[in-house]
Amino acid sequence: MSQTGTDYLHAVAASDYKYGFVTDIEADTAPKGFNEDVIRLISAKKEEPEWMLAWRLKAFRYALSLIEDKSRYPRWAHLTYPDIDFQDISYYSAPNKKPKYESLDEVDPKLLETFERLGISLEEQKRLAGVAVDVVMDSVSVHTTFKEQLAELGIIFCSFGEAVQNHPELVQKYMGSVVPYTDNFYAALNSAVFSDGSFCYIPKGVRCPMELSTYFRINQAGTGQFERTLIIAEEGSYVSYLEGCTAPMRDENQLHAAVVEIIAHKDAEVKYSTIQNWYPGDAEGRGGVYNFVTKRGLCEGDGSKISWTQLETGSAITWKYPSVILKGDHSVGEFYSVAFTKGRQQADTGTKMIHIGKHTKSTIISKGISAGQSQNSYRGLVKINKNAHHARNFSQCDSMLLGDRCGAHTFPYIEINNHTAQVEHEATTTKVGEDQIFYCNQRGISEEDAIKLIVSGFAQEILAKLPMEFAVEARKLLSIELEGSVG
Amino acid sequence: MALLDIKNLHARVEETGMNILKGVNLTINPGEVHAIMGPNGSGKSTLASVLAGREDYEVTEGEVLYKGQDLLEMEPDERAREGVFLAFQYPVALPGVSMSNFLKQAVNSMREHRGLDELSAGDFLKLMREKAQLVHLDPSFLRRAVNEGFSGGEKKRNEIFQMAMLDPTLAILDETDSGLDIDALRIVADGVNKMRAPDRAFLVITHYQRLLDYIVPDIVHVMVDGRIVKSGDKTLALELEEKGYDWIREETVAA
Repeated sequence: MSQTGTDYLHAVAASDYKYGFVTDIEADTAPKGFNEDVIRLISAKKEEPEWMLAWRLKAFRYALSLIEDKSRYPRWAHLTYPDIDFQDISYYSAPNKKPKYESLDEVDPKLLETFERLGISLEEQKRLAGVAVDVVMDSVSVHTTFKEQLAELGIIFCSFGEAVQNHPELVQKYMGSVVPYTDNFYAALNSAVFSDGSFCYIPKGVRCPMELSTYFRINQAGTGQFERTLIIAEEGSYVSYLEGCTAPMRDENQLHAAVVEIIAHKDAEVKYSTIQNWYPGDAEGRGGVYNFVTKRGLCEGDGSKISWTQLETGSAITWKYPSVILKGDHSVGEFYSVAFTKGRQQADTGTKMIHIGKHTKSTIISKGISAGQSQNSYRGLVKINKNAHHARNFSQCDSMLLGDRCGAHTFPYIEINNHTAQVEHEATTTKVGEDQIFYCNQRGISEEDAIKLIVSGFAQEILAKLPMEFAVEARKLLSIELEGSVG
Repeated sequence: MALLDIKNLHARVEETGMNILKGVNLTINPGEVHAIMGPNGSGKSTLASVLAGREDYEVTEGEVLYKGQDLLEMEPDERAREGVFLAFQYPVALPGVSMSNFLKQAVNSMREHRGLDELSAGDFLKLMREKAQLVHLDPSFLRRAVNEGFSGGEKKRNEIFQMAMLDPTLAILDETDSGLDIDALRIVADGVNKMRAPDRAFLVITHYQRLLDYIVPDIVHVMVDGRIVKSGDKTLALELEEKGYDWIREETVAA
């Protein structure tokens, strides 16, 4: 790397997060601490039925037993961070005033301004055909659009809290069926204190005519964000779901532990796309979001399909393995990921593909881009069970290094218990070549633009899998993230 | 005024310190086509790289004036925007970067430098189609990633296509003929000939006389051991083809 190239990359690595600001809205916040009173408070605030509280309390007791035994925290990830004091966190925060709005006029203007500054104004979103938006600001759903059109098709798209009230039979049947609260510590924590999230149900044979979209925001100083999402696709249905987020500047670390569960029945298809852009911390890594997410899909029925596509650019620490359990015969699981880290960011992300059914097929394509002093790891498991005859997997993990102070790591695990399986794994690590930059320079393209071009080319295969409008946003975000000291 | 004026240029490999160019003098006027021939390792490609600004080489002595300005002071992308184009001997692949995206960026940065507006998507597409025809490239290749999986011939045609897109003032062709069969060679040469213009000059670097049957130069230079030791008209190339380089070496040593 030439001197100027290295300087530029260091500048990129040190550049500030461009979406940091705090909206000043009166908030209703629980006192710090993880205890039964807090669980009861959350449940009461949300006017939950008894069964919901009982479930939370079971999860709470399990999580508490783990908090008290640090040896049971998940420790496999290639991450370093101080132990989190779970008693020093407030587990509930809701924007004050009325929790629900019928029209935009009723929404706190400051809230709207926040969304506008993030470039996701509801006004604009409403006009954008085909996108229904369920905005989650901190913990309570503030606004939902397009609900009526969806209702005509029998599609339920609402906040998790509303689903608990209005569709208890569905919630009780499916909640925790893919990610039980005993799955891991953060899943247990989420199950105990989750504030809100999204719920989506697509009835048999219905093809959801629009992309369903949720924006998450952390907005209350010192509160964690514990979202819970549940998507159920009945036989022969289809839905494409988008999740995107940015977060305001913080002084202290914020814990974000979401759970996403997807159930795809026979011949159903669910496409789940994410842009993750939580605040990554300052140049020294102070104050960024800790993002510990459990995402898992169950291909329950034969011929079902679940795809995860993600662009991860934010958070101080990302710990996330969107996975698919391929239970139905001929079911398909896909994982497409771009993870970009800079500064002192750490990411340990990948997937698990668990093949149970016959003729199941999974594809994993992961692209890691590391800059600055960041550490970027891919961790994946491909498991072929004994009865998964003729299962197939293809995995490709490519890493790109920008500069000489960052790290890229690949941890592929493969377990094969059926000899008819066909499993392929490819991995590459590249540096942005000086010769590539020179080639661009010679065509009049500046060094900064050349690096952007080369990196977006590297990620192109994945970004192309995002829904159109999301892909445009993703490219823009990646380009902004790559910007040096400019602006 | 000369378009390019190279005076007593010395350059070495930055990493090893090995001296390659040992006093090159060369003047190119607008509209002229110059050819540089010479044996392997004589410094032909190094000269091309130094003119384009590759950082692997360090200039230790001499100067290069381009349109009267100090070329060596300019960054490589500045030189390109000022109209210096290098057709690479080994074009570099940019995986995932489409030809059209790459060229859009290149063309628009040139236009911005010249104070022109960005081309509209329609005009850009039209320009690409028109210039692709010049070297018989199928428009579908514009959707492919830059040089990725291109055959040797496609890569070289792609270089000439890019040259046509960027409309340079000084075009340096670094062994563009290497690895080309006779048909591809004709196509490439034909593309270059169509671009000959009174305000554009070419510096054609080649190992073989063959290319010069198609791109007929105004002046032929022979480079040996980091210096231009002989210059003449196109007949010099034929003489070299016949006699090889040894007689020039002997002549140089004798002198």
